[in-house]
Amino acid sequence: MMLIACPHCGPRAHVEFDYGRTLDAILPLDAAPEQAAAVLYARDNPRGVSQELWQHTHGCRAWLVLTRHTVSHEISAVVPWVAATAAPRESGA
Amino acid sequence: MTRFSALSLLRAGLTGQKGWSRHWRDPEPRAQYDVIVIGGGGHGLATAYYLAKVHGVRSVAVLERGWIGGGNTGRNTTIVRSNYRQPQLQRLLEYSLTTWETLSDELNYNVMFSQRGALFLGHSDADMTHLAERGDSLRCAGIDAELLTRDQVARLVPLLDMSPNARFPVYGGLIQKRGGTARHDAVAWGFARAADALGVDIIQNCEVTGFAMTGGKVTGVKTNRGEVGADRVGICVAGSSGLVAGLAGLKLPIESHLLQAFVSEPVKPMLDTVVMSQSIHAYISQSDKGEMVVGGDPDHYPTYSQRGSPHRIEEVAAQAISLIPALSRLRMLRGWAGTTDMSFDGSPIIDTTPVDGLYLNGGWCYGGFKATPGSGRLYAHLLATGESHEIAAPFSLDRFARGATIDEAGAGPLPQAR
Repeated sequence: MMLIACPHCGPRAHVEFDYGRTLDAILPLDAAPEQAAAVLYARDNPRGVSQELWQHTHGCRAWLVLTRHTVSHEISAVVPWVAATAAPRESGA
Repeated sequence: MTRFSALSLLRAGLTGQKGWSRHWRDPEPRAQYDVIVIGGGGHGLATAYYLAKVHGVRSVAVLERGWIGGGNTGRNTTIVRSNYRQPQLQRLLEYSLTTWETLSDELNYNVMFSQRGALFLGHSDADMTHLAERGDSLRCAGIDAELLTRDQVARLVPLLDMSPNARFPVYGGLIQKRGGTARHDAVAWGFARAADALGVDIIQNCEVTGFAMTGGKVTGVKTNRGEVGADRVGICVAGSSGLVAGLAGLKLPIESHLLQAFVSEPVKPMLDTVVMSQSIHAYISQSDKGEMVVGGDPDHYPTYSQRGSPHRIEEVAAQAISLIPALSRLRMLRGWAGTTDMSFDGSPIIDTTPVDGLYLNGGWCYGGFKATPGSGRLYAHLLATGESHEIAAPFSLDRFARGATIDEAGAGPLPQAR
């Protein structure tokens, strides 16, 4: 069982959350078909630290970025999706 | 190989079980093979056996990181059936089921395949419509299926909660009488013994740590016991497919999740059918030792931990007790988890890879055990001829990009949606 520290709701049991996908599997809206296939279907599937999108489905419903170890299940960071994506957007502007 | 017979078993029984010999050798890896199969689970051992037996390829090594049958082969709930809905899966699993039916004779090893019947329960009018449609589809494909009324189900499994206010009321069922269970360890051991007798080297405690490549072609593998050359290398490590393929720079349409299973203390015979409910995703059977074997949903997130979450234990127990209240008095002996190779449409992949000389058999999600002999035959065909068998052809690696997915659950392209 994992305890996930939701930035909005505090530490909650992981059954309140749903795994979405890994952070590298988010499809750009203007992706070419080959890129879309690669992003949607090809995974690193790491044995170790991974960055994943989870949703606090049975809580505040926010999308969160978890930095999580896929063997120990240790969660080293939980960041709101909006905050996690804000930096690249600003630097790209 | 000493052949087993009723007489040889009797003789050993009367002489204090002495004189049993090793079932397979423990060879050092040679420098070069025709084919290397990575992974000594049921599928890998079956592949090696059929390579030698059917295709005459006897220079074969099976490299296993731990001990044979110690991964998902030893962690499943041993259910065998072919009553799927998608035609490609029907052909694949029926091919496997017919192979199961003669497997003990074929291997001269009792895999304890017991065709006790695999029963799906229906819990609503909608469930029964769905089961009838599935049954019709199966019978059109020449696969046995029989729709059962509520009374027939009650007679077949008297311990089910048939009361009108049951948590999951039983409206009827669909049974595949040729389905059942097999002894999972015996499947690994039987294939290992038979493959070894045909000259296959089964090398345990041999972990693949990389691939030897020449001009973009795989020419062998690097292991903790040195480099081993081969013309063709087949990955067969469901659970770790992504890790091994990653050593060759490949990214697969697979995530590793986990599935838990549980057994109770052994009791006298109380259930002689495999009882499943796909509406609530529970499956219950009784092993030959008398243990009640139960399973449910996977844990739905990426993990290699082989260690499940308690909430799933609670859910599986609640479902099992709701269906068969008598289970509530049993103590659970063991629970465990296996790493499942979750593909993006719920179906396996048996194909060549973009890397020359490297082949893939994986993505079996949580349903690989029942396919063990069929998967081995089809993968052996691919490794021996370089071409996919027509039954395996739909299970290609590029089907996702082509939009030709085989989605039994109709749940969309996410591994956790199964």
